Amino acid sequence: MSIFVDESTKVIVQGLTGSQGRFHGLRNRAYGTKVVGGVTPGKGGTDVEGISVFDSVREAVETTGATASFIAVPPRFAPAAILEAAEGGIEFIVCITEGIPAQDEALTYNRLVEEHPGVRLLGPNCPGIISPGKCNIGITSGDIALAGGPVGIVSRSGTLTYQALYELSQKGVGQTTCVGIGGDPVPGTNFIDCLEAFQADPDTRAVMMIGEIGGSEEERAAEWIAQNMDKPVVAYVAGVTAPPGRKMGHAGAIISGSRGTAQAKMAALADAGVRVCQNPTEAGEAMVEIVRAL
Amino acid sequence: MDLFEYQGKQYFARYGIPVSPGGVADTVEEALEVAERVGFPVVVKAQVKVGGRGKAGGVKLATGPDEVRTHATSILGLDIKGHVVKRLWVEHASDIAKEYYASFTLDRPNKVHLGMLSAQGGVEIEVVAAESPEAIAMLPIDPVRGLDSATARRWVAEAGLDEAARAEAADLLVALYRCYTEGDCDLAEINPLVLTPGGRVHALDAKVTLDDNAAFRHPEWDEFREDEFEDPRERRAREKGLNYIGLDGSVGIIANGAGLAMSTLDVVNQVGGSAANFLDIGGGANADVMAAALEVINADPKVRSIFVNIFGGITRVDEVAKGVLEALARVDIASPIVLRLDGTNAVEGRAILAPHLSDRLVTEPTMLEAARRAVALAR
Repeated sequence: MSIFVDESTKVIVQGLTGSQGRFHGLRNRAYGTKVVGGVTPGKGGTDVEGISVFDSVREAVETTGATASFIAVPPRFAPAAILEAAEGGIEFIVCITEGIPAQDEALTYNRLVEEHPGVRLLGPNCPGIISPGKCNIGITSGDIALAGGPVGIVSRSGTLTYQALYELSQKGVGQTTCVGIGGDPVPGTNFIDCLEAFQADPDTRAVMMIGEIGGSEEERAAEWIAQNMDKPVVAYVAGVTAPPGRKMGHAGAIISGSRGTAQAKMAALADAGVRVCQNPTEAGEAMVEIVRAL
Repeated sequence: MDLFEYQGKQYFARYGIPVSPGGVADTVEEALEVAERVGFPVVVKAQVKVGGRGKAGGVKLATGPDEVRTHATSILGLDIKGHVVKRLWVEHASDIAKEYYASFTLDRPNKVHLGMLSAQGGVEIEVVAAESPEAIAMLPIDPVRGLDSATARRWVAEAGLDEAARAEAADLLVALYRCYTEGDCDLAEINPLVLTPGGRVHALDAKVTLDDNAAFRHPEWDEFREDEFEDPRERRAREKGLNYIGLDGSVGIIANGAGLAMSTLDVVNQVGGSAANFLDIGGGANADVMAAALEVINADPKVRSIFVNIFGGITRVDEVAKGVLEALARVDIASPIVLRLDGTNAVEGRAILAPHLSDRLVTEPTMLEAARRAVALAR
């Protein structure tokens, strides 16, 4: 099994006629993802290499039965696209857009939660999700993933997600699902959402988690793991040598107290029984060891 | 982007938040002119983006022109925690009855806005938070609903602000929230927010961090940009649209994605080296961006080797490879380059570079091996 998306997931691409949407939408289809349509206002009735384009999400959903959407539109249009997807009947939204203002993100997230409680948003500013061999939504290069499990991956960083997939696949260890939750201030889906789903998925037998400095999501995940998770978890946190104080001001420092540094996150995870590694390669090796011993 | 105090006050004024009358001065003469204009006594304040200015001697009261001259002379050029004072803010000194604290920021774990208000202002808020957390009235704000006047009035009472301050403080907080949201701030903080003996409330300091992602809808931010960077390397990178932070090591770093860039710094450190910079070329970087990144790093005299760590996702490795060759053709890159290329179109990218490899341009199969090579070359 896999989490959130599988071989039955039907996907539309919002922004299919743009350069990013086209490149990655077609690449997702080539991977085997059921890409059933695209949405670009004003371009309804055209097609992109055989994929029908619609004027609105609602029309696309009514015609194709899509349940997931891949949003690849510029930052100033992305919040409206997210809400349009939810209003149009999409259940799972993947937004890769980088550079959405934090105010828009906070507003959009809360509107989504309040007005469309059943809808899950992944991202923004994330690489997407891949259930190897079944479905790939987003910008991950499918050839670096290996189908068959047993590892679930959840990561805040795009490129480190690829690094993690690659390290495991190179060593012959497959993945059930790899979720890139993105590194923006208000992610639609967080570590705990994914850990919960991996814990419930019988085919996922171990989890790799990749965090980075800032916020306190890793610490919260550590608490959740300590209380709820019986599957082994390997973690890597980027930013041990990152210069402090370049982004956060006083008020931000108070909310998270001493939290936010890589060291604090690694300590919290280690306390929760997670195997914490110093670099992505070491994390890959630790996971291989764990999987071979399962 | 962090604003200087004077910029923060200018920004506050746009949203109707009262600030003291004052002006900017880059010389002693200008400081005198501003002082005469706003009226004595005045406060002469160093404009640096670092806390603890008062303790460092960067904030002084002047009752007449002679004192303005003395203080402006001593503060201009002062080094405060590595920040050299180039500009002063001179404002009419307020009579202060009470000092409060107010701020808005994003509560990331709870995904809502967070207002913080305290009747104990004028001191470091971290100290208040640690010693008497009950003295800070925290107000979670749903971004959909915002902050209305009725809520603000309840909030100032709950925080224990003096009766005389409450009505004006509540209005000011609603204006500050509007500045924070419509003004696209990551942080809008006033410390101290003062009550005068005459019963007026206004901002005596301003700490504002703007969200760079929102720059597209704020043309008025351009005037803040000219003074943004003290590090010339960062200014150059900014002009090229690159996400760059200057550091002190000798290995120049170029990576795609903030996470991988941070991880690259970590790995270079683990194998005994130190990074000269953080540089994330972002998602979807093309040959032009890559070439610009190499040029920015090349201009840093501390750099002894350059480590290009790319894992293509939205970024295509063939574009990166083209950019490297373009940069090499355009400028004389002084340091050897070590490349590690994987991901989208990696095979094509490596093929583009293959004929050009030499002892000045090498590739390594893994991140760790590439880090070791780059660190060895930097020695």
